[in-house]
Amino acid sequence: MGVFSARAEFIAGVRDELPIVVGVVPFGMIYGALAVGAGMPPAVAQAASGIIFAGSAQFLTAQLVGIGAPAAVIIASAIIVNVRHLLYSASTAPYLRPLRPLWRWGLAYLLTDEAYAVTITRFRAQQARGLPMLHRHWYLLGAGLTLWAGWQVSTAAGVAFGARVPAGWGLDFALPLTFIALVIPAIRDRADIAAAVAAGVVAVAAAGMPFKLGLLLGACAGIAAGLAVWRYAVSRTPSTQEAS
Amino acid sequence: MTLWLTVLVIGAATYGLRVAFLARGTPGALPPLAQETLRFVPVAVLSALILPALLQPAGALDLSTGNARLLAGILAALVAWRTRNALATVGSGMAALWVLQAVLR
Repeated sequence: MGVFSARAEFIAGVRDELPIVVGVVPFGMIYGALAVGAGMPPAVAQAASGIIFAGSAQFLTAQLVGIGAPAAVIIASAIIVNVRHLLYSASTAPYLRPLRPLWRWGLAYLLTDEAYAVTITRFRAQQARGLPMLHRHWYLLGAGLTLWAGWQVSTAAGVAFGARVPAGWGLDFALPLTFIALVIPAIRDRADIAAAVAAGVVAVAAAGMPFKLGLLLGACAGIAAGLAVWRYAVSRTPSTQEAS
Repeated sequence: MTLWLTVLVIGAATYGLRVAFLARGTPGALPPLAQETLRFVPVAVLSALILPALLQPAGALDLSTGNARLLAGILAALVAWRTRNALATVGSGMAALWVLQAVLR
């Protein structure tokens, strides 16, 4: 922990993010391969990793492009998937607010799931221990740039090899599996279970709707169900309150 | 061209969400109801993506034991629950799919 100079903070960010990047690289490759397989031109597939820089929204975009969904549906679905970034923005703001605008606007671009996770953990731990945090933004910069580089390079590898992956491998199945890996650890109480079940059932029932509109319908049903159970059951039970 | 525009709009919207509370140096916070709502977004969206992919792999509802993707998905969910490891989840699910496809064929 040492001196907390800008350089030390940056290196700490890189170091903490590296193990996560090792886990992210296969997904970058799968995204690149799926995007090209879904018919996205390689240049667009690669550019999306820089412009959108959010794995789940990019996966979804590739999938919806593959089934020929209209642009408005693709955009609406991707935004719904990415709305969680509002939470990251709100929860890092108290720490980053004193920075100059260039820093704040720049760091916002790097606020991915993976960089946010290590950064907020670090900020909160340092604050709790009363450690100096003068150069804390360098930590997010180090973590964010490390993830950025890993995501761009792995996308490029996936785009390059993607066209040669045989359809019989069922590589597209890696997508729902990735979502399973994300959703299971996120289920912490009955409200989450209600959200998951309602969203899944409605999405299955509405699967016949054109252009995956069932996805949007299912997501809205899930959010409503989760909120209802949270409001009327879970949040009134003191023992589960901490789960939020 | 539409595709480029789509990607640009999604990128701009995503950046907008990320910069929302960092754009200005003044305090701002999400109202409690918005925070509670946002909490359920990932679980709901992901579940709405997962279940159709497992239960309707070919378009029609398939709850039979011949549905390799459903069985592989259940196994992957168990692995995710026990290990909380994304790579182990995807790896076991893909391996299960390949084995089941070979067996069920």
